[in-house]
Amino acid sequence: MQITLHLNGATHDLDVDARTTLLDALRHHLGLTGTKKGCDHGQCGACTVLIDGRRVNSCLTLACMAEDAQITTIEGLGSPDRLSPLQQQFLDHDGFQCGYCTPGQICSATGMLEEIAAGWPSHASASLEGPFALSHAEIAERMSGNLCRCAAYTHIVAAIRQAAGADDRHEDAA
Amino acid sequence: MREFTYLRAASLADLPASATIIAGGTNLLDLMKHEVMAPDALVDITRLDLNRVESEDDGLRIGALVRNSDLAAHPVIRRDYPVLSRALLAGASGQLRNMATTGGNLMQRTRCPYFYDRRMACNKRDPGAGCAAIGGVTRNHAILGASDHCIATYPGDMAVALRALDAVVNIDGPAPRQVPLADFHLLPDDTPEIETVLRPGEIITGVTLPAPVGGQHRYRKVRDRASYAFALVSVAAVVGMEDGRISQAALAFGGVAAKPWRDPEVEAVLAGQEPSDALFAEAAEILLRPAKAWGENQFKIPLLRRSLIATLRDATGMEAKP
Amino acid sequence: MTRHLRVDGPNHDDRLDHMAQGVLGQPLNRLEGPLKVTGRATYAAEARPRNMAYGVLVQAEIPAGKVLEIGDAPGALAVIQDKRMIHYAAQGQAEKAPPSGPERVEYMGQAIALVVAETFEAARHAAQNIAIRYAPETVPVIPESVTPELPPKKQSATGDLDQAMRDAAVTVDQVWHTPSQMSAAMEPHAAIAEWDGGHVTVRAGLQMLSSNRKQMADALGIRESKVRLLAPYVGGGFGSKLGINAEAVAAAIAARELNRPVMVAMTRQQVFDLAHRRSETRQRVRLACDANGVLSGIGHDVLVSNLPGSEFSEPVTQATPFTYQAAHRQIVHAVSRIHRGCAGSVRAPGEAVGVTVFECAMDELAEAAGIDPVELRLRNIPDAEPVTDRPFSSHKLAEALRDGAERFGWSARKPSGQRIEGEWFIGMGMAAAVRVNMLVESRARVTLHQDGRAIVETDMTDIGTGTYTILGQLAAEMLGLPADRVEVRLGDTDFPPAAGSGGSFGAASSGNSVYLACEEIRSQIARTMRCDETDLTLHDGMARAGNVSRPLSELIDGQITAEGHLQPGKTEKTHRQATWGSHWAEVAVNRWTGEVRVRRMMGVFACGRVLNEKTARSQCLGGMSFGIGIALTEAMEHDPRDGHVVSRDLAEYHIPCHADVPELEVHFLPERDAYVGPLQAKGLGELGICGAGAAVLNAIHNACGVRVRQLPATPDKIIAGLD
Repeated sequence: MQITLHLNGATHDLDVDARTTLLDALRHHLGLTGTKKGCDHGQCGACTVLIDGRRVNSCLTLACMAEDAQITTIEGLGSPDRLSPLQQQFLDHDGFQCGYCTPGQICSATGMLEEIAAGWPSHASASLEGPFALSHAEIAERMSGNLCRCAAYTHIVAAIRQAAGADDRHEDAA
Repeated sequence: MREFTYLRAASLADLPASATIIAGGTNLLDLMKHEVMAPDALVDITRLDLNRVESEDDGLRIGALVRNSDLAAHPVIRRDYPVLSRALLAGASGQLRNMATTGGNLMQRTRCPYFYDRRMACNKRDPGAGCAAIGGVTRNHAILGASDHCIATYPGDMAVALRALDAVVNIDGPAPRQVPLADFHLLPDDTPEIETVLRPGEIITGVTLPAPVGGQHRYRKVRDRASYAFALVSVAAVVGMEDGRISQAALAFGGVAAKPWRDPEVEAVLAGQEPSDALFAEAAEILLRPAKAWGENQFKIPLLRRSLIATLRDATGMEAKP
Repeated sequence: MTRHLRVDGPNHDDRLDHMAQGVLGQPLNRLEGPLKVTGRATYAAEARPRNMAYGVLVQAEIPAGKVLEIGDAPGALAVIQDKRMIHYAAQGQAEKAPPSGPERVEYMGQAIALVVAETFEAARHAAQNIAIRYAPETVPVIPESVTPELPPKKQSATGDLDQAMRDAAVTVDQVWHTPSQMSAAMEPHAAIAEWDGGHVTVRAGLQMLSSNRKQMADALGIRESKVRLLAPYVGGGFGSKLGINAEAVAAAIAARELNRPVMVAMTRQQVFDLAHRRSETRQRVRLACDANGVLSGIGHDVLVSNLPGSEFSEPVTQATPFTYQAAHRQIVHAVSRIHRGCAGSVRAPGEAVGVTVFECAMDELAEAAGIDPVELRLRNIPDAEPVTDRPFSSHKLAEALRDGAERFGWSARKPSGQRIEGEWFIGMGMAAAVRVNMLVESRARVTLHQDGRAIVETDMTDIGTGTYTILGQLAAEMLGLPADRVEVRLGDTDFPPAAGSGGSFGAASSGNSVYLACEEIRSQIARTMRCDETDLTLHDGMARAGNVSRPLSELIDGQITAEGHLQPGKTEKTHRQATWGSHWAEVAVNRWTGEVRVRRMMGVFACGRVLNEKTARSQCLGGMSFGIGIALTEAMEHDPRDGHVVSRDLAEYHIPCHADVPELEVHFLPERDAYVGPLQAKGLGELGICGAGAAVLNAIHNACGVRVRQLPATPDKIIAGLD
């Protein structure tokens, strides 16, 4: 079937099988292999992308269902010579090892920080009313949908906290 | 995944009777990839106007397409029905909660690994084939309400809280109707393939919560890792206290049966009493009277007992006392 | 020119400490990091040759027997059932392909055919619905249900352990069980194969290319020179990609048959069936000591399993002979032949579960003897390897124990069950860390260009270990270049064959080969400078000797290329080589539900020279988290009737998630081991896991008094011991 995807600011017309997931459309049809397939069943988070700014598992999204949405993948967040603040902090904190879960972690963290900014509580929140601290426990719980077998977790949380802190300072300045 | 026709519904009236409904897709696509489910047609309802949370009488009407994350963060849910926020936040992951919908979550199917594995016999997947789980690995199977035909559990969290809140499921179809959540999911008996009362041609349009009852709200979920795992057992509790006595207790249990479990006798024994370990032990005793283990899941009996006691101690303020 | 070294003796000259560039050991960011954080690093399944077809493996639905007939697959380009398809993955460093022939089924889930189609969706559907007729056989699938083999070479005894147990003031005699475990690297196994005439190029997730190439050539029945393997980025290995697996062989066969490129990616469920599992273990540990805690007897009696005819058996007792002294010792190693999926190496084969259990036993002995667990270990550190009397190449256990106790605040530990916060019991535990050290033959080529750029080439892999970065730092240090002037090319069998990534020997083995190549280049520069190589200083592109200083560009005519070739030698026989450390954990145990949360965890490690402080730390964090998984969450459940893996996805097999892992703390002890080559560096990728789980389990006991001997310590195991 013919579909149109709005991806990283560009529009792509694709001819896909109705069964094609957004993940496979990205990897097999568009050559955007930054979004990873770790389990294909929503059990690892490696395929995380942002749809209309929200983090979702692209493996459990049919490409044809994502037609009207704005999709952002890791390739849309930054490039090797123009890293996003989160990408830079992941690099500086060694928030990865093999790198396979990393794009998913970074897309997830990007969406997760928006969720905190929007005042969403988490399982780790002592109270359901905000504001919510950028504590280790809060970030670890909110990032738990992204598995990392190399277990860079300690460094990932540090990277996110640093990136979020930098953003805070930026907001203060503004 | 088998080939299917993809349709998009523009309105409720537009729904084809024979197509399988897809919204969040988090469980349906998971099962379709295994061909445990293999619909001929999928109808995408995400463009329907069912994503609002609105006041209704003294309660609240939650649209079927309201995402789990939005519902958990909704100010009225957080204020008046915190047990529901807590249950939602204890489920799945941030990404999945951004996708999963209220209606879809009610339709979530079991995690029984024998159901998921087409090499294995399963009465739910293939009525009459037998149950390979019985005699297999049963660590996460039911201890309440199971049958010789099926020992699977309903795996969700949201519905457990909804059960404690006396929610009602709103159903549209040839004859629109409302079904209490208590009656929505079915125990297996000899027809484990029939999991809910939803009939072909019907669709869940939302869930209605009655007026808030106040009290202490708790959702305790025990699982094999600290997050991103299904419940071994869970307890949703709404407990009111008056003059040092329990005025009312609504208790629902997850991970232990094919539906969110609730037992009025357990609540009756607590009502009007002063909280005490002896009272809670008595309540647990009543709850677990019909419990039956299937091998490895024997531990769920003491685990549910302990989880209930801990939740009640917490909700009645006993835990805080030295 | 090739510079060769066999490590037959010590290196006490600390050459690398006297280099001028000052980049080695520094916590530099990963060279390939910008590619990884932006999704531009391309892994096995991430090339897109023109006209590629997609293959999906078909798996056996019986535990053993014969495949009589495989049906058609409508919509597919081909159904491949080729006698060269392998039964299970090759073991690490194997030179031959594993058994092949898809008509014979050895375990449930074995790959018996490949369906190829134009699209992934079509291939998957066809593979899922292909009709297969079998002649099934009944086979054992439970380790305890058969009489195990006792391989003579794996048994050992000194003195009289039974007598020592009878005579001792204090003893421990307990049995532990650990379940099958899965490496579960985040990147599922995948391969893309493409032929050019009689040559095949296979891009795959692989850890050890030089032996993988031999395995692939043997599997396909072609000469090694006709096989090229590519693995520029590998999404984790942990042992699961040591040897070639079914998808790579099937992709190569299919690509030949269809005369077009074929990609085969395993599903996550297939990875659980087809990647090597770590064998489940039953371990009986017997310990005997006097009233002062001085050990007189050590017994470690293990039962593991594997398929009939499979040589690998989990070396559970690998560290037992040399960790602690005792006059009376016995090791029993039994192997049950059963039809579960093939067992093989998973991160730190042997010690990961062996040291973990042994260190739990030591904690029980400390309790029984009324001696502090740290003190008990300190009292039993041998001066030389017991029985053989070989000296240790270096020994840092005592220092790691004392340093760790101080840093962790061990003295604040209370007796079991005495620290309670709300619903939670709080406790502290510790364990020793030990892992054997190895070197493996390795080669690398280094080219220094006139413009001050260097290129390192070797078929070594970087599976997240930091190889790109440390080899770049090494070359930069030796050649006096800023780190960004060195380019490192890995993961291609066109480059000189390296040790590969496995057994923690990758960094030291490949690092020494780069060192040697650079040493040769330095010698050539020294000749031009008319000085001894040892008197040559290279720094920021300048060469200096005495009061002569010249830029490299003047000294090099075009480029200098040299190869380094390292071989292990006599020191692996003359000295017991190991890495050492200590693990520390503080846990909370819910008094009602038995849930365990690790609140603090720390490791102190000695691994010789640290090549990059940042990537080394990451290795340790990973190992310690694996330890949390072993202690608390990970279990592959096998069906008792047919042995199939029941927990065969990431929702059922629980690797630790973010919320399971607290802010881990890692400390390195400065060390130079003279017996492991001029780099003086040892393995680190596995030390962090060895014993880590024991610190958690011992902390659980300290918290609530429950000893869990049937791992993992999930809530059911804890509440069974609580009031």
